[in-house]
Amino acid sequence: MLQDYGYIALFLLVTLAFVSFIILIPIILRFFRIVPKRPNPIKNTAFECGMKTIGRSWVQFNFRYYFYALMLIALDVMVVFLYPWAVEVGRLGVYGFIAVLVFILIIIVGYIFALKKKVLEWK
Amino acid sequence: MQTSVTSFNPTFAFNTLPPDWPGNFWLHWLVFTIILIAFIIVSVIMFIWFERRLIGRFQIRLGPNRVGPFGLFQAIADVIKILTKEDIVPQKADKVVFWLAPLVALVPVLMVFAVVPLQSGAMLVDLNIGILYVVALSSIVSIGIFMAGWGSNNKYSIIGAMRDVAQLISYEIPLVLSIVGVVLLTGSLSLTEIVGAQNIPFILLQPIGFFVFFIGSLAEINRCPFDLVEAESEIIAGYNIEFSGSKFATFFLAEYSEAVLLSALTATLFLGGWSGPLLPPILWLLIKMFAVFAIIIWIRSTLPRFRIDQMMAFAWKFLLPLALINLLLTSLQIVFWPEASSWIIVLLSFAILVALILVWSKSFKPGGNKVGI
Repeated sequence: MLQDYGYIALFLLVTLAFVSFIILIPIILRFFRIVPKRPNPIKNTAFECGMKTIGRSWVQFNFRYYFYALMLIALDVMVVFLYPWAVEVGRLGVYGFIAVLVFILIIIVGYIFALKKKVLEWK
Repeated sequence: MQTSVTSFNPTFAFNTLPPDWPGNFWLHWLVFTIILIAFIIVSVIMFIWFERRLIGRFQIRLGPNRVGPFGLFQAIADVIKILTKEDIVPQKADKVVFWLAPLVALVPVLMVFAVVPLQSGAMLVDLNIGILYVVALSSIVSIGIFMAGWGSNNKYSIIGAMRDVAQLISYEIPLVLSIVGVVLLTGSLSLTEIVGAQNIPFILLQPIGFFVFFIGSLAEINRCPFDLVEAESEIIAGYNIEFSGSKFATFFLAEYSEAVLLSALTATLFLGGWSGPLLPPILWLLIKMFAVFAIIIWIRSTLPRFRIDQMMAFAWKFLLPLALINLLLTSLQIVFWPEASSWIIVLLSFAILVALILVWSKSFKPGGNKVGI
């Protein structure tokens, strides 16, 4: 067990080093005058199709998927609970099946309620 | 220890490699880290070439054919070009987030490859919770994309990033539910055992699951027709407008590694993974991966892009009920009719798939006929 996750941790270190190396390549190459560095005020503004940048972008944003996110929490928790059952479904048999069915039905009721309330419409 | 891989016996015709194959812990780690990184880089380069050539064919032109034989080195030339470009960081960007975003986007994708079996036992680590690990890590990529969109302080990037989050939270559930179907049939979360359990490829036993999984993962990796995140015609390029040079290359690498990952996972979960007659297992895996990727390219060159309200409605009203019905039917069969002949189940599942898609398509109106942003 420890060995398995040891592999994962070591691989994480390797991938971190690898990706950081890719990102830092231009800084290394700049020393050899291969990558140019000629900043100017126009180049350093945010790109807006050639217009002058207007205002800032970190504004209040109406993210319309708020209700979807609420639904996600309920359903995602349900799915996580399904995984252990799915592994042992043969041994748990009919009793386990009915228990999971009741569990899913409770959440399905919520899903149908959301559907009827027209929460799942993109307004 | 015998390591011959070719034989004339179909399926399990080769020896399973031991968990620490060439000798000890460190040797195994070294060998497989090198193999995995090389595998990812080479397959990404091959996939880029394959996609450009094939899309050229779909559009009745040749595609890149100048650099190297059949244009094989075109992607390498592109990499050299992109790495020598000026590295521009916008003045008003959130510098820390801007620099970290490519890292957060690419590392999880590479990490997932640690559990993908290239051959029986030929993987960095055979986790007993393999598929859960895959599901958990592959959704972290979206955080990287959101960081990119937020950090570059550009209005189009933020719209793209918000769309990516919307897409992720919608398609995550059908995707994960469809994987539960495979776990039900196998009784294990380990990817090696999932491949081992497929005497009949699960695409035949689980056609509904495959359908949902494939569409869900297309949305997760932002391929056509779900590429609203980087819709060129509406929001220029979405989250990666402000990125140039190696940071852009990292995002590009992340995107294509996800495509490689999706192909490998689809092959592993539904198409029998590395098992197959005659040819060596790694070749079978590659053949299946390229077949899956060819279908992705075919979809890309055929279908137009979804509108976002259609996309959300498609996930919540079409795919989610389909995935739940698949789960119910599969568990019913396993609990109450475990001795059923496989071929009856294959026929039944395909009949149910066709019937369900017909019924659903009749009753399904995407987005309630309203136009949204």
